[in-house]
Amino acid sequence: MSLIKHHKLLETNVFLLVLGIFVTVAVGGLVEIVPLFSIKSTIENVRGIRPYTPLELAGRDIYISEGCYNCHSQMVRPFRDEIERYGHYSLAAESKFDHPFQWGSKRTGPDLARVGGKYSNEWHTRHLIDPRSVVPESIMPGYPHLATTPLEYGSIAAHMKTLDVVGRGEMYGPVEGAYENAIADLEAQATPGADTDALVARYSDFAYGPDRAEDETTTMALGDLDGNPDVITEMDALVAYLQVLGTMVDFTDYDETRKAEWIR
Amino acid sequence: MADHPERDEITGRYTTGHEWDGIKELNTPLPKWWVWVFYATIAWSVVYSVAYPSWPAMAGYFGGLTGWNARSALTEDLAEARDARSEWLTQIAAKDVPAILEDNTLRSYAMRGGEVLFKENCAPCHQTGGAGAFGYPTLADDEWIWGGAPEDILATIRYGIRDQDNPDTRINYMPAFGDDWFTDEQIEAVAGYVYALSHGEAPAEGPGQALFMQQCVSCHGPDGGGNAMLGGPPLNNRIFLYGGDKEDIAAQVRNPTHGVMPPWENRLSDEEIKQLAVYVHSLGGGQ
Repeated sequence: MSLIKHHKLLETNVFLLVLGIFVTVAVGGLVEIVPLFSIKSTIENVRGIRPYTPLELAGRDIYISEGCYNCHSQMVRPFRDEIERYGHYSLAAESKFDHPFQWGSKRTGPDLARVGGKYSNEWHTRHLIDPRSVVPESIMPGYPHLATTPLEYGSIAAHMKTLDVVGRGEMYGPVEGAYENAIADLEAQATPGADTDALVARYSDFAYGPDRAEDETTTMALGDLDGNPDVITEMDALVAYLQVLGTMVDFTDYDETRKAEWIR
Repeated sequence: MADHPERDEITGRYTTGHEWDGIKELNTPLPKWWVWVFYATIAWSVVYSVAYPSWPAMAGYFGGLTGWNARSALTEDLAEARDARSEWLTQIAAKDVPAILEDNTLRSYAMRGGEVLFKENCAPCHQTGGAGAFGYPTLADDEWIWGGAPEDILATIRYGIRDQDNPDTRINYMPAFGDDWFTDEQIEAVAGYVYALSHGEAPAEGPGQALFMQQCVSCHGPDGGGNAMLGGPPLNNRIFLYGGDKEDIAAQVRNPTHGVMPPWENRLSDEEIKQLAVYVHSLGGGQ
């Protein structure tokens, strides 16, 4: 009971009380934070993951500015029902180039973490202009203005540089020529028939690293995405972004027992 | 604490011994049940942190004595679900689609599974029950662009149509006849012929008929009956993907719209694709 006797001392001496609180909180912090200092990264480095191309990045900005995250999550949780509906559960690495991440916590609409490749570009455009024209029971609002608003992308390289600062130089820094070619890459991806070899090679090199096979290329939506080849609109950018979601990792090649070789 | 707390005269209860400007506080301890529940949660946290993954360490973490983790729990859960369905799934995996269609029990199982899969994956374009929409073919009728036999449907679902990345995807492109190919009068004439053809009133000769025989028959057939091998849709009925008015037909001749369907081979399992093929085949028009 001597401890309880001394408790009066703590309660009546402000300096000792503050010291006691500090020590208590510090213990919790040390246990949780200190072990992380010994690990270079808490995120598994998965083959195929790459930063967004300039067009996809511009689309991601529109996704955020239109508030898509208010109704759509981007996180397939490791539960049977979610996997049967959406596909493989999300990996931490799949959000490593998302600043801020778009996991979300509310699903008024379906999860979008694996929406890439599930619908055609034309469907996305039609659905975003008038959701009920394709999904009669949908309660999603229409975003017809995206199809008529030209995309402003003059500052896309600066935007990428900023993100690289947030990503501690590991985001666009290692992508060779990402900044110099940002505008050319963006235009190439959204222009039908454009030469996209340089763009695809640039981001494929990053995605698959030095052991990239000759014919191994990263998936991205190319060409006129919104049915209007004359202008690059906000719709083009948003569709490019939606079409890449969840497609970077090849899960047909994945199996838990080979995790070590799959994760590099 | 150190000094004996005094008893409050009015209520007869002890005070805490604290005093502020002559005001004293009654000592009202927490109910015993609450205190014991609190102690129990502390005891539970100790048990929990021993049994389940908990304490971080310099390299890795303490995994808990039960060895539980979310990913292996999920693997077990999925395996359990698969086991429960394995009686059917192994048969579906072993048989091809025509054989499944002939086996009544297996077909009804595949129909139920296919229906669920269709609602999640196909209905956004082809609509509930395969009713179709502008630009998305109706699956509940007997007109097929790429063939309505079970194996044709299976291939379409598996590889998609005009997918930019899938090497096995079904692909064809109708030329844009408006690009320095046909004059406006010629487009008008051929659209008029196709319109008449769709109403069963095709003239035996004329400029439209001549152009049709020259440029269109290789994919759409001499009688407009279509060619499923090449994905040329039939034109001798009023089922049109992009509208059946004369203007719609002319627009499609001038600069055709080409629909895209995603491939499902990497998104759905082989058994799931077979169930979908059975379901789509049974919607009304399977050949």
